Amino acid sequence: MSGLFHSVLLIEEKCRGCTRCIKNCPTEAIRVRQGKARINAERCTDCGECIRTCDNHAKTAITDSLERLKEFKYTIALPAPALYGQFGPDVDPDRVLAALIDMGFDDVFEVARGADVATLATREYLSRHREVRPMISAACPAVVRLIQVRFPALIDHLIPVDSPMTCAGKLAKEGKSRELGIAPDEIGTFFITPCPAKVTWVREAVKRGFRAVDGAISIASVYGEISRRLASPGSAPPRRKASGAGIGWGGSGGENAAVGLENYIVVDGIHSVIDVLEEVEVGRLGSVDFIEAQACIGGCVGGALVVRNPFIAHVHLNKLAKRFADMPAFTAEEKEELTRRARAGCFDMRQDIAAVPAFRLDHDVSRAISKAEMIEKVVKELPGLDCGSCGSPHCRALAEDIVQGLAVDTDCVFKLRDQVKVLAEQLFDLAKKNPSAMGAGPGPREDGG
Amino acid sequence: MRLECRVTGGDFQAAGEAAARVKRALRQVGVDPETARRAAIVAYEAEMNIVIHASRGILAVDISPDRIEVAADDEGPGIPDISLAMQEGYSTAPEHVREMGFGAGLGLPNMKRYSDQFHIESTVGRGTSVRMVINLPSKGSLP
Repeated sequence: MSGLFHSVLLIEEKCRGCTRCIKNCPTEAIRVRQGKARINAERCTDCGECIRTCDNHAKTAITDSLERLKEFKYTIALPAPALYGQFGPDVDPDRVLAALIDMGFDDVFEVARGADVATLATREYLSRHREVRPMISAACPAVVRLIQVRFPALIDHLIPVDSPMTCAGKLAKEGKSRELGIAPDEIGTFFITPCPAKVTWVREAVKRGFRAVDGAISIASVYGEISRRLASPGSAPPRRKASGAGIGWGGSGGENAAVGLENYIVVDGIHSVIDVLEEVEVGRLGSVDFIEAQACIGGCVGGALVVRNPFIAHVHLNKLAKRFADMPAFTAEEKEELTRRARAGCFDMRQDIAAVPAFRLDHDVSRAISKAEMIEKVVKELPGLDCGSCGSPHCRALAEDIVQGLAVDTDCVFKLRDQVKVLAEQLFDLAKKNPSAMGAGPGPREDGG
Repeated sequence: MRLECRVTGGDFQAAGEAAARVKRALRQVGVDPETARRAAIVAYEAEMNIVIHASRGILAVDISPDRIEVAADDEGPGIPDISLAMQEGYSTAPEHVREMGFGAGLGLPNMKRYSDQFHIESTVGRGTSVRMVINLPSKGSLP
């Protein structure tokens, strides 16, 4: 097992062992064993599909609490653009930012502003690298993880630009550290996240000693507090610096609108993303420059840790994006400086996106081939109903599990029934046979023995 | 191991399913990503050629520790001039197929480009057979 941290986890006592999550998991990472779901850490992308599909609320996401603010001398909230979409279109982002300060943060740095930086760095990257097409945005951590585990050949198609969150974290720490004369490590940056995959990303980065972002707090956990503070009318000091385009990144299509390319695809929902990646993998879509792919339907506003209906939140976000459409993201000097830094690789995250294939049957190719052959044989023996009652998502997955020694063929209820039937017939036949001493057996031998 | 998939000409709904099966097997075998991708492209293009041009065919893929062999045999109109068909951009795909984004005249050239060995035979009025080999970088364990 890998020591990989995952935000998404199972609450054992709530799990009833139904098959809903195993059927919906895009990387077939879940099995039900002994009546409980088990998540395979190597395959899980933290996309949150299982959180959404579990009727028993047995899947949850580990996030940080506001308690963690105490660990730092100075704290900065990094609110996702999706946070703005949680409130009405008339709620000024400045008031949302003021509410965060009110809740205990010393300062805020909008991830929408980080998105402005990512926009610039993405444009810069695409204009200087024309050898691979289509290029795929790496802003959605679940999509990045999906590519790492299931489409490792497409790593080269990922745009190795830091996500808006990381850009925001880097710039927030850097600026404040300079301004206050304290070490960057004494400044705690906390992403206000719509998404469990971001929590995983943050924890994994911290494990590697990379601390642009120190923690992630779910939107759902701060929503109530912010709403309460917004209930009474009022104004707030101007803190918003993000452009409308940067805010738009929180919904599907926003990223591409900001980057502004002509040959693009916008795809949302992890199952649809897989369909598109399958096409890219077989060499199609080479005429497309840019793919904006997001694991959640509607983009980040559809994350598993948000409160509002994603479609309504998306409308709110679009209205805000329009309202601040004329706001330039940067002054000329800022733009020049950021472009220089982007060229120098300051927002490059290639080292974070190595392939981690999670589907191979064996480290030895020959052994893997014989296992694959066995799978083909086993799958022919299974009923092909893909019912999931065995705890594997479909018959082929059960065949794989059997060959890997993780399941047995009688886990299939139909196979079990067949075996019970054979056994019952044998029992019946045996029951008809009486011991000879009771008279019904074969008669005494003629020769008298 | 050998995978055999029947492919039906004109069935664009099921098109790509054979290649998807091949891809799953390659992932499981643990073929290195770049080689797996070349094999996937080759298998997909071969499958699509049957869907676009033939009435039916079989895509067979043999995976061994040192090579991947892809064979596509179809019953169909055949190719009158193979060297012409091998030219990039040359296509006899009908308009409605091109509207779906297929038939850009890159199928055969790509199959040749991404394979280490490529062999094609065709009889007009009977069908076409393509054989391709992709070598695996090295035997044995991967890191």
